[in-house]
Amino acid sequence: MTPNPTQDVRGTGDSGGSRRSGAPTALAALGRGGTATVALLLALIFVVIATQNPSFFEGPPLMSFAKKAAPLVILAIGQYLVIVSGEFDLSVGSLVGAQVVIAARLIDGQEAMTLPVIGLMMVFGLVVGLVNGLVTTLLRVPSIITTLGTMLILFGAVRYWTGGAPTGALSESFRVPGRHGIEGVPFLGELPWALVIALVLAVGAVFLMRSPFGRSLVATGDNDVAAAFSGVRVWRVRTMAFVGSSLMATVAAILIGGYAGVTAQVGDGLEFTAITAVVLGGVVLGGGRGTVVAAVLGALTVEALFTLFNQLYLPSTIQPSVQGLIIIAAVAYAARRGDLRLPERLRRRPAHPTERSLGTSRR
Amino acid sequence: MTTELLLRMSGVSKSFLGVRVLHGVDLELHPGELHALVGENGAGKSTLMKVLAGVHRADGGTIELEGRPVSFEHPVQAQRAGVTTVFQEFNLLPERTVAENVFLGREIRRRGLVDGRAMERATAELLAELGLEGIAPRSRVRSLSVAEQQIVEIVKALSHDARIISMDEPTAALADHEVEVLYRIIGRLRERGVAVLYVSHRMKEIFDLADTITVLKDGYRVDTVPADGVSPSELVRKMVGRPVSAVFPERLEPHGAHVGRVRLSVAGGGNTQLDGIGFEVRGGEILGLGGLQGSGRTEVAHALFGVERFTRGEVSVDGRRVDPRSPRQAVRSGLVLVTEDRKTQGLALNQSVAANGRLVLDAVWPLGSARRARRLPGILSSVELVARGGHGQEVRYLSGGNQQKVVLAKWLATEPGVMVLDEPTRGIDVGAKQAVYRLMRELAAAGVAIVLISSELPELIGMSDRLVVLRDGRVAGELPGGSGEEAVMAAATGSPHGDGSAAHDPRASASAGDASPDGPSSSEENGGGSPARHEEAAP
Repeated sequence: MTPNPTQDVRGTGDSGGSRRSGAPTALAALGRGGTATVALLLALIFVVIATQNPSFFEGPPLMSFAKKAAPLVILAIGQYLVIVSGEFDLSVGSLVGAQVVIAARLIDGQEAMTLPVIGLMMVFGLVVGLVNGLVTTLLRVPSIITTLGTMLILFGAVRYWTGGAPTGALSESFRVPGRHGIEGVPFLGELPWALVIALVLAVGAVFLMRSPFGRSLVATGDNDVAAAFSGVRVWRVRTMAFVGSSLMATVAAILIGGYAGVTAQVGDGLEFTAITAVVLGGVVLGGGRGTVVAAVLGALTVEALFTLFNQLYLPSTIQPSVQGLIIIAAVAYAARRGDLRLPERLRRRPAHPTERSLGTSRR
Repeated sequence: MTTELLLRMSGVSKSFLGVRVLHGVDLELHPGELHALVGENGAGKSTLMKVLAGVHRADGGTIELEGRPVSFEHPVQAQRAGVTTVFQEFNLLPERTVAENVFLGREIRRRGLVDGRAMERATAELLAELGLEGIAPRSRVRSLSVAEQQIVEIVKALSHDARIISMDEPTAALADHEVEVLYRIIGRLRERGVAVLYVSHRMKEIFDLADTITVLKDGYRVDTVPADGVSPSELVRKMVGRPVSAVFPERLEPHGAHVGRVRLSVAGGGNTQLDGIGFEVRGGEILGLGGLQGSGRTEVAHALFGVERFTRGEVSVDGRRVDPRSPRQAVRSGLVLVTEDRKTQGLALNQSVAANGRLVLDAVWPLGSARRARRLPGILSSVELVARGGHGQEVRYLSGGNQQKVVLAKWLATEPGVMVLDEPTRGIDVGAKQAVYRLMRELAAAGVAIVLISSELPELIGMSDRLVVLRDGRVAGELPGGSGEEAVMAAATGSPHGDGSAAHDPRASASAGDASPDGPSSSEENGGGSPARHEEAAP
């Protein structure tokens, strides 16, 4: 007996249905809006891009797309961990900004400082994640409020610390992961480090979601009471999800800093782009459903859409509006196709009146 | 009963995600008739009701109301046509008054403003018609008991001028005297010519109330019979499709190494709700934990499982002193709890059978979970799980009985030494109950110590080797297996044994009367069993 049947569909990078063999189930998965749907959407956008710009799929333009998309993919992986556990992380955008500003100020152009500062950034990310997680789980502050708070705190603290404008400079070696890659790869030209890092993290996340931790995380997002009764330390897995998200944001900050340089606006609004990506991938808000691969594909889709907008000479200022539309449309689609996540939560609530002992009228 | 036909459903079919749950079901209702719909869980009773109520649309077949074909696309349409449904979970707004709930969505207005007085008057009239002056139209729904809330639902249905009312397990949450009120209301409804479609698992109610009984099995209509032309045991046979030989399976020959050794002992256990809890359970033994609802049965289970732990006293598992502070520690010490509320505490409904099955292993032994999970397919087949979609199927698509089997498999995968089962057969069908009973016997024979908590006295007495009865958070008495129901009730209520204990508590006599072949499905809710009284309880 192989462990196959138990190596379940959840979090295997393959949403529910399509693993169950046979064409009808694959079709069903497509209609259900899982990984297959977002993959199809991504392919569609790529086709449109190709008709606009036939040279897009030659190596270098594709690699530059990958370089640009990698930070969002990484952020989406982090956001996925938090959303699938039933929470939100709004602080990642501010955290990216804070990390880039910290890096610039502390490195201040000195090569020797690069590695120590990257280590320090990781520690800082870890602390922010711990704070988010512990405040949410132990103090029982809803995560949307907790992370909104950390977002504002980081935003203000960085501005206060730098006096409004970021100072210092990043070192050349700091900028390597975001800017450069492995030279001389056939066809592709240069294989960006950003792509390599994103791939490694994505593969790692897929394996993480197959691990006992990943399964416990998804079960917690689905029903935290049942998970707790099953021996899951709910506070611990959720806190670890927040830590994961903050560490991912730190990695994304290294790539974004390297790629785009230091400005006061770096990281602005990234939390919403990441949430859009995850939601587009069909990871239902409220937790317990969806896969990492879908979240990654969602991130690529959002980035591809922005690329397409550039090609069509649409102003980039319209991007937040498009994100808003995507979020609403994706969740509405999930609700319409009867994804019972939200109704189920609502249905549980009316059960409360019956939770009193019988026959005792409190007037 | 008049002969004119109020409703005719013919050939009604319905599928969900390609799974056919209703196969051409026919049903007729006459004015003033009470038509009971019976069948195992998953037989299609609720689906049929929901088709009638306009919640689901039938894929095939016709529905005729007074000879006119109708097709409800929305519950509101059905209500307007006089077809209303009282579901198990009420759709009331707890912070609104009775009158506001009754007229929700179609408030009586005067000059564009809601006329609260008129609504209260109209509600009071409806309540008076049912002989229920006890409920004030102005009281908030939150302040009402479950039974009173149910009455509000019925009044709401009547205010729609309903001619057909369907009720899904209306007594599931009611105490005995409340059930009598419901009986009276149903009597009044029928006098008014209202037809009632009634779903229940309880034989006693069905034979008390029904004129006609329709039996469903696996989405097919098995038979429709007049209630006075069928015996309870015949009805059970029709429901399960095979004779139920013995209600409770025989004890098996014990063979495990732990048989006879004390596996769980509690001495002087107490916390804010419990005091002086003490008992022992040996390997191979099933200890019944009895008592009225609120007597502390579930609290004891939660204390043992580290949810709301004992602050006093000692607990030992297999001779080792334990003090579980969390379910995780309890599981590690070899003690597991099958919680009473499977949907909110037992399962992650959107996850697959396999994922739920190995959740405890993943959570408690992350390093060894893959190795331990290899046994899971075998365990799932040994609990007789029937999942059409295999082990990848999400558990929310399973029937109640099969969901419970997943919960049991999840705990069995940990190879527990002590198993506490809190209402393990609540809301599951006759066949699944039998499977649970057999499993309990097999586990006991293999040396597991079992603590059974049940509100169904016949089940508690029939399955337990020994009984500990609780009252007000204390042990009220210990009784040998096979004690009479009166003795258990006497201990649970604190009334002296023998004399009017039966009269003192009508439930005892009610359930004693039907501890017959159909025992498990017919038993009354013996004063126990708050349906979901337990608060979040997450550690």
